[in-house]
Amino acid sequence: MELLLAIGIGVVAAAGIYLILRPRTFQVIIGLSLLTYAVNLFIVSTGRLKLGVAPLVGEAPVTDVAAYADPVPQALVLTSIVISFSMTALFLVLLLAARGFTGTDHVDGEEGER
Amino acid sequence: MNIDASLLPYLVLLPFVVSGVSLFLPSNARNLAAGLAGAVTLAALAATVLLYPQITGGAVVREHVSWLPQLGLDLAWRLDGVSWLFALLITGIGALVVLYAHYYMSSEDPVPRFYAYLLGFMGSMLGLVVSGNLVQLVFFWEMTSLMSFLLIGYWYHNANARDGARMALVITTLGGFCLLAGVLVVGHVVGSYDIDVVLASFDVLRDHPFFVPALALILVGAFTKSAQFPFHFWLPHAMAAPTPVSAYLHSATMVKAGVYLMIRLWPVMSGSETWYFVVTLGGLLTFLVGGVFAVVQNDLKGILAYSTISHLGLITLLIGLSTPAALAAAVFHVFNHATFKASLFMAAGVIDHETGTRDVRRLSGLMRYMPFTGALAIIAAGAMAGVPLLNGFISKEMFLTETLELHTGSWIDRMLPVFATIGSAFSVLYSVRFIHQVFFGPKPTDLPREPHEPVAWMRLPIELLVAICLIVGIVPGLVVEPLMTTALAGVLGPNIPALNLALWHGFTPALLLSMLALAGGVLGYALLYRYLGNRDYSTVPWAGRVRARQLFDAGLSAVFASATALTRLLSTRRLQAQLFLLVTVGLLAGLSPLILERALGRAGVPLAGELPLTQLDPAFVALWAFGIAAAIGAAYLAKFHRLAALILTSGVGLVVCLTFVWLSAPDLAVTQLLVEIVTTVLLLLGLRWLPQRYEALRPQREEWRARLRRGRDMLLAVAAGGGVAALAYAAMTRPAVEGISGYFLRNAYEGGGGKNVVNVLLVDFRGFDTMGEITVLAIVGLTVFALLRRFRPAREVLGKPKQQLHQREYDLQREEREVGDTVVDYLHVPRVVMHRLFPLITLFAVFLFLRGHDQPGGGFAAGVTMAIAFILQYMASGTRYVEERLRVLPLRWIGAGLLVAALTGMGSWLFGEPFLTSAHAYVDLPLLGEVHLVSATLFDLGVFFLVIGATVLMLIALAHQSIRRSREHGDEPVPQPTRQEVDALAGTLGDFEAEDHEGEGR
Repeated sequence: MELLLAIGIGVVAAAGIYLILRPRTFQVIIGLSLLTYAVNLFIVSTGRLKLGVAPLVGEAPVTDVAAYADPVPQALVLTSIVISFSMTALFLVLLLAARGFTGTDHVDGEEGER
Repeated sequence: MNIDASLLPYLVLLPFVVSGVSLFLPSNARNLAAGLAGAVTLAALAATVLLYPQITGGAVVREHVSWLPQLGLDLAWRLDGVSWLFALLITGIGALVVLYAHYYMSSEDPVPRFYAYLLGFMGSMLGLVVSGNLVQLVFFWEMTSLMSFLLIGYWYHNANARDGARMALVITTLGGFCLLAGVLVVGHVVGSYDIDVVLASFDVLRDHPFFVPALALILVGAFTKSAQFPFHFWLPHAMAAPTPVSAYLHSATMVKAGVYLMIRLWPVMSGSETWYFVVTLGGLLTFLVGGVFAVVQNDLKGILAYSTISHLGLITLLIGLSTPAALAAAVFHVFNHATFKASLFMAAGVIDHETGTRDVRRLSGLMRYMPFTGALAIIAAGAMAGVPLLNGFISKEMFLTETLELHTGSWIDRMLPVFATIGSAFSVLYSVRFIHQVFFGPKPTDLPREPHEPVAWMRLPIELLVAICLIVGIVPGLVVEPLMTTALAGVLGPNIPALNLALWHGFTPALLLSMLALAGGVLGYALLYRYLGNRDYSTVPWAGRVRARQLFDAGLSAVFASATALTRLLSTRRLQAQLFLLVTVGLLAGLSPLILERALGRAGVPLAGELPLTQLDPAFVALWAFGIAAAIGAAYLAKFHRLAALILTSGVGLVVCLTFVWLSAPDLAVTQLLVEIVTTVLLLLGLRWLPQRYEALRPQREEWRARLRRGRDMLLAVAAGGGVAALAYAAMTRPAVEGISGYFLRNAYEGGGGKNVVNVLLVDFRGFDTMGEITVLAIVGLTVFALLRRFRPAREVLGKPKQQLHQREYDLQREEREVGDTVVDYLHVPRVVMHRLFPLITLFAVFLFLRGHDQPGGGFAAGVTMAIAFILQYMASGTRYVEERLRVLPLRWIGAGLLVAALTGMGSWLFGEPFLTSAHAYVDLPLLGEVHLVSATLFDLGVFFLVIGATVLMLIALAHQSIRRSREHGDEPVPQPTRQEVDALAGTLGDFEAEDHEGEGR
């Protein structure tokens, strides 16, 4: 399963990177979304694959730390999801404003070489 | 409040506070602004005077506030005799200038802004002189440069003011930068930035090889600030400032900052060969150059500016001589120069104010019109020239005495009396010219205004200053001698030379030189009278070819040009090229260990680690088969089929969400799912505003370059993706390192009172991060809102979408149908369902919120859920319907959220704990039984509110654009949509009533 997940992360990242190198703003925004997915998954995967052991503890003191999934990457990714959402929103509005302002949806605000 | 060291921080802080207040006054609040400024200045003056008894006889008042003790950075305040003298000048002359400016500034000037800058400058200057730490001193030093920039450029509609302000800023901050470097070197050598420690480290500093570089750097700072040759040229250009500014900054305070610094460091720096040579020679050159240039100026303020340069040179020269007696003369002349030069500047301002010109060639015979001002100006100019019975005479005699002493026996030393006398003669010459050309001679002919005396209040500051000149000049032992003794004790400690300030010392060689200078100056004026007369000598004849200003301009444009060239060479503005480089560098950096290993011949590390692999689940295979296909599909379709690409991207998002479920991250799965919904709605709303791009228009044979670039990008993307995959695989197959996670797992329940460790992490352990995060979210929400208020869609998307035109056409063609009938029942059943869902989703949000601390959920997920509940109503029924029934007010939600979160954090202060310390307790409540109360829940409530507000704000702001578009479009000959149509179309997502009326005017 590790291999499949790694390949999955790699493909999503590759698709994202390809798109952020494209000239149209919409491509870039989709690319950023894909790249975010890949990065979030990657961070969570650094907590190693642990199935069915969500970091929900009981009232008794925790003795075996390894029996739970790592909460730190999860907390980081939770923050990341929030921030990437606001980044997408901001970028979308900038994209629209730039589109209205410059008359083109090229990332540089002017038609470059096609 | 006690009169002691604790007063010092307030002395500095108060002017800044009132400066800030003054900025917000209406621009015509002249009296209020002046009153405030006057009150603050008088208060500061009173505090300074009251502190005097504590610093006499070399005593020092100190106040320490620990700030960054690890770096040796404390807020240290320190007042001794010499700082006290400067503080007295700053506050005393400051008070006079505030009064003077009130009558000088015209009614069109935005006076509160002027006083705000002036007070800011006063605070910076006070901060400079009472700093007990060198870094702190440099900070205030830079503040004075900045404030002086603002003050010189106060009349920013005037090009001269802008240029002068910029020049002053560039020169003084350049010096400030050198000073900082020098101070850092000193701190490195001495091991502390504390002035007391530095002053006590004479031996350490002097024997160190870094002493000369440190000294040189510090002197560059002092010379630039005090307009010493060759950095003197900014001062005349700074005369574009309003005259009160010149009277304050360019006579009494700012230009004395460099002098102050040299006096401050005199005990440890003076006496060395470098010091003697550089400071004495620099001072001497400045003294002479300033004197010569002052003679040929035609602008009243120009004369005074060069004369200031000259006198600053005199002071610097004395400091350079490195004897206690010379230092005494320097300190005394600082005081005297401040009094007579400030009054002369004010007199020049009066002349300018009452006649409309400052050109000495046009001014003449003003004694007839303003005898009082004339008399005052004559006395002040006499002090500047060094006429007996005036303070300038005494300090000049001290100066001449010192130059006659033999110090090192070098040629400079031997020639000093000659140069000093020549310089003093120039001083007499321009003083005589100033007075003679302006106040005597025939009646002026072409004055813009009929001159007359100014109002008495405007003359009062001059009268007071001139009175000081007289008192000090006639009975120097009475008041000023104790002050000078105190000031010198601050620098020299108990071993003060006998000052022996007196008008008459008998026939001494110095008196002879002084008389020679007076006679020489008067004679010189008599000889040069015709020559100087009415010609235009904007530069000195022999120096006319080299103008400092042109050199400066050329230098500045060279710097700009080279910066531009470098930017062009090393950088690009094209995003694609930048991103390509970024990814390439990232990839290479990732590969570098592998390459290095190969190069060093070490055995490579295998990709797979030793951890046993997890059993592959067929469902997981199916999930990721879809995920991979969707990602590739999205990348392929993003250009021509945006909607399809968006749907596929959301598909990938769902795969990610399910993967989180698999990987034991239920919180992430919940949040990802909710955010996915909101993001998709957001992007769908945005799609409407993008230009259509038809695949059919794609060129049949594409340019080979475009293909090449795509191929290249694809290669890079695949390589980078492969790298990420390899890294992920390598990480996942190796055993986890015991990090900080264990701590959180063990302490979540015990310390944070929650069972959901991820949530406890967010709202408790890392609550401060979350605070920052929600602030970012709020800012983004507001930015989106603000950007969309001024949104102008592209012209080609202004019209109605194709689908709406079709429906309209259909309705128009049939007799029995009204326009809008086709869509009126659009989504009718779902709409009813969505309405009914609202309370249910709200309940779900509350549920998510309440269980968050112990089970997956939490404030963020709940907030997004609530936002979805709102947006669903908008989608179902349109803006008007919703907003008639429901007032969402997202801005208030944001504010309330931030407030709740911040107040919760501050609540812990009440218990003496740091910000955001959490507490939890089990409380027995009637009916409900035992309830677990956690303060972090309150913080999470703030998160909840804020997320609702920010998310709804973004969505609604974007959704509102559509209706605005059709309104603006209404001006053009396209049929206005009917009310019914609008309501009906609202259901089709996107067409909503404009909430704000910002756009209507256009």
